[in-house]
Amino acid sequence: MWTWIHKFGSPPHFYRIAALLTPWFGWIAAILIATGLVWGLVFAPADYQQGDGFRILYVHAPSAWMSLFTYVVMALAAGIGLVWRIKVAHAVAASCAPIGVAFTASALVTGAVWGQKMWGTWWEWDPRLTSELILLFLYFGYMALRSAYDDPQRADRASAVLALVGVVNVPIIHYSVVWWNSLHQVASVAKIGRPSIAPEMLVPLILMFFGFNILFGAVLLTRVRGEVLLRERSADWIRALVAKS
Amino acid sequence: MSLRDFLHMGGYAAYVWPSYLFTIAAIGWMVIAARRAHRRALEIARKRVVMEKSPS
Amino acid sequence: MTVRTGVLAAVALLVRRDLRLAFRRPSQLCNPLVFFLVVTTLFPLSLSPLASQLRDIAPGVLWVAALLSSLLALEGLLKSDAEDGTLEQMVLSGQPVVAMVAAKTLAHWFVGGLPLVVISPLAGLSLGVPPAAMWVTVEGLLMGTLTLSFLGSVGAALTVGVRRSSVLLSLLVLPLAMPLLIFGARATDLAIAGEGAAAPLYLLGALLALSATLAPFAAAAAVRIGID
Repeated sequence: MWTWIHKFGSPPHFYRIAALLTPWFGWIAAILIATGLVWGLVFAPADYQQGDGFRILYVHAPSAWMSLFTYVVMALAAGIGLVWRIKVAHAVAASCAPIGVAFTASALVTGAVWGQKMWGTWWEWDPRLTSELILLFLYFGYMALRSAYDDPQRADRASAVLALVGVVNVPIIHYSVVWWNSLHQVASVAKIGRPSIAPEMLVPLILMFFGFNILFGAVLLTRVRGEVLLRERSADWIRALVAKS
Repeated sequence: MSLRDFLHMGGYAAYVWPSYLFTIAAIGWMVIAARRAHRRALEIARKRVVMEKSPS
Repeated sequence: MTVRTGVLAAVALLVRRDLRLAFRRPSQLCNPLVFFLVVTTLFPLSLSPLASQLRDIAPGVLWVAALLSSLLALEGLLKSDAEDGTLEQMVLSGQPVVAMVAAKTLAHWFVGGLPLVVISPLAGLSLGVPPAAMWVTVEGLLMGTLTLSFLGSVGAALTVGVRRSSVLLSLLVLPLAMPLLIFGARATDLAIAGEGAAAPLYLLGALLALSATLAPFAAAAAVRIGID
């Protein structure tokens, strides 16, 4: 088990495995997302209360979930890199940030548009929206801190501390609708037991969730490959790689 | 259901389409930026190797 | 290496040293305080001098002013010590860095945050806050400024190796401070309306407890990274 993890931590190995996996992840994600989009837009029945407006769910919920998931991956990788000093882990953390920004922005924008229709307002300073906005600022702060340091090692380690400090925000975002009387509705899918959403509406949502997740994997692996190349200066395996291409 | 009905989204077109377009744009940016970053890193690595090989 | 000074003694020494250094430059000492007062004055000037309207924005103004003053003073927490090598000596001294950072944060709050709390009734009165709501405001700011100092210590530690870090520092600290702002302003709001402000005050207390116990560890880790 440890040799497997060590293999992953070795940059040339990681690079090779990532290069192999990326196209698979990419195509599977494309298929899942395309299917989910079509199903959600065309075939899913209109909602009883919101009509066709509810279809925003199919982009809003996966984006919001991924914004949290990305941060958790980032914090986890940062922590592993900090504690065990594994360069690939730091590369993963660095790669997560821009991806997180995209998902968070998408969640906020789609949420605001949907909110304008549902609640009559683009924005409310309720706990979930506010903490999601804080998440966006955390991603920006992480990237700003990284770029402030010239020494890549110190940039890695300082930003790792920041990522870990900010992770308290994630459970706040997730449980804000439970702990407070929030404008935002309570989770209807992740409830253990019977989800309170019709199956014809649920399937495209599940497709989108998985599609976004696998897309995250593909994009992450691509970025990490780039980060690993930048960190490894001119190791032998890079020379071989360059010679080949 | 005609194409016009589909685009109309039961009256919610102004909300549904911008949301979808934004998300698709965000995903598109994600993918393109990642590939560009990788390509740039590859270029830098290549330049480094070349610089090391040259005797100057 | 045997360390002959106990942790508490070292903390006391450090707090005393920081306070003495701060009081050597009284003009610098007053900066956050003056800034706080100036900011709270600017809002009535630019918005409206009507007491009824001011009362509505008073909680927000007080808290934003306190936040900005704290941010202003934050850079000085570790920068001067880092520049002349004292910070390195503290890390090498064998005393737990967590205690050292906590000591510095406390001293910093004593000089930068506590004066704000003391002067806040005056500022509040000028903004039309009824005297009945003043105690809640003071309580809230007491916990809030202390929490800000602790949160700020993490930001200051993370940026100790960065030149011209004031903007970056604000960018790092503000997201973490947003819940503080929300609860603090809400507490004063409730008090002005005559309702019980216990809930937000409890939440402020929780934030203080959380930050006071966790922030020094994060800041210590960041200091070690910045020193290397």
